[in-house]
Amino acid sequence: MAVIRNPRKNALIAASLVAPFVLTFALVFAYPTFQVIRLSFTDSPLIGDGEWIGLDNYWRLLSDRLFYTSLWNNGYFLLLTVVPTTALALGMALLVNKLKGRWQALVLALFFLPYILPVSVVTEIWTWMLDFQFGILQPVITLFNGDPVAVFRNPYWVMPMIALVTVWWVNGFNVLLFIAGLRNIPRDLYEAAALDGATARQRFLRVTWPLLWPITVLVLTLQLILQLKIFDQVYLLSQGGPFNTSYVPLLLVYREAFQLNEGGYASAIALVIFVIILVVSVLQFQLLRIVGRR
Amino acid sequence: MRGARKVENLVLTVCGLTAALVWIFPIYWAVVTSLRSESHVVSDDAGLLPDGFNLTAFTDALFNTQIVRWYFNSIGTALIITIGVIVSCMMCAYAISQMRFPGRRLLYGIVLASFMIPAQALVVSQFILMSDLGLVNSWAGIILPQLIVPIVIIVYKQFFDAVPKEMREAVILDGGGEYVLLFKLYLPLNWGITTALAIITFIGAWNAFFWPFLVTTTEDMMTIPVGITQVNDVFGVAYARLMAVALLAAMPVALAYLIFQRRVTEAVMISSGVKG
Repeated sequence: MAVIRNPRKNALIAASLVAPFVLTFALVFAYPTFQVIRLSFTDSPLIGDGEWIGLDNYWRLLSDRLFYTSLWNNGYFLLLTVVPTTALALGMALLVNKLKGRWQALVLALFFLPYILPVSVVTEIWTWMLDFQFGILQPVITLFNGDPVAVFRNPYWVMPMIALVTVWWVNGFNVLLFIAGLRNIPRDLYEAAALDGATARQRFLRVTWPLLWPITVLVLTLQLILQLKIFDQVYLLSQGGPFNTSYVPLLLVYREAFQLNEGGYASAIALVIFVIILVVSVLQFQLLRIVGRR
Repeated sequence: MRGARKVENLVLTVCGLTAALVWIFPIYWAVVTSLRSESHVVSDDAGLLPDGFNLTAFTDALFNTQIVRWYFNSIGTALIITIGVIVSCMMCAYAISQMRFPGRRLLYGIVLASFMIPAQALVVSQFILMSDLGLVNSWAGIILPQLIVPIVIIVYKQFFDAVPKEMREAVILDGGGEYVLLFKLYLPLNWGITTALAIITFIGAWNAFFWPFLVTTTEDMMTIPVGITQVNDVFGVAYARLMAVALLAAMPVALAYLIFQRRVTEAVMISSGVKG
């Protein structure tokens, strides 16, 4: 049923409904989006005007060794986090899914809890856990290494340890997504499989895994995007050191803009990072869907 | 057969609980540490089990840092962000879902597209904007960029789309306009998702680090996740106090989660595009 009303009045009412969002969006999102593109072609400092310099910032970026180092480090970080947290979360979700009633709720809540902590709380807890002198995990590290390690000041330990902290922090979110996926698998599929005499392994490989694949793709993609733009935990745990071994692209943006007063150059880096995230995540998403269709 | 089933369940429950306790150990350890004296924390006889109930670290944190001020900033900004996001996104989603007006499709397209742009890509130009507006190091500066959460519009639109048309017509026959429809019909029907979205928006705003870290320049304007990183700098290594401060910072969101567990879980699932 169409509401018989003056279309002009209707448009005015609609405008008043969308106005709060649209005006805020225009001011703090759309305008800065255009600005960051414009700035990337100038030599502006952070505050103040600059000259139009065309593609110079992008050429400069191409020969910035720290940029390549940071990309390489972030790639290594992806290897250490994306697939491991997905596999771990799947295992945890399968375990939680087998539990009954209150125990299930309790175990799930405990797995999820770290995810809702502020990042600086997470890094402070782990700084203490891994403290060189008094950290409770140093005996464990000594077991593997022979000596205690100042992990966030050691070029070999720093990335794996930031990855460990990150996985601990975000894993609960992935567990939750897998649980949702598991609950959406119709029960009668398992009953039918059991009637056909399928073993637990076959039931997992033929029913659970294929039906869970869309969620796995989602988790992998969300994690890829998230871990491509890390800043907080790196800044708080190692500040990119030692010897730039944990330097990541967003740290470069932060340093250029807010410490070296290079607004234009920082904008160019931010844009390149954005394009990389977009390309990599679209590629991965499509690739994983093709793999799933086979 | 039933006996074997029971044993299997018991084994699984024990496994699950053990894994969960190992997983949560860092939080347990933070609590144990925060309840010790600084000298006991680093002494050789500090065991794994809680011993004593020393609140010095907490009183220290409350009286010798600006934590109360950071609490005030966090509560204020997070509440305003939550209300702002929920109200503006709900109104916008209602218009997109239920009304016909020029530019409707384009608007929804922009909302979907902005979902792809990472907020981090914009911090430089957002900072310059805040500086031009004179809002650096103010609540407004902390709040404004955090008001754009496109996913809330997307979720609301889905829920509004699902409201039966007959209910709408009944209200219109009674002479109700669009605002009456939204606040007397669509909102009450969707209180569940509204509280769920409000809780995760609040948790997200409380936990936000990168932007508040950039836009605040003095300690008295910091939100709590940014402020607590200063404690370290001022006092050197004092782990009992550091853990007390960290726990105080996490308390509101941890409580919100424990109280509204199911709502939080629901909201996290729905806003990631999966139905639980």
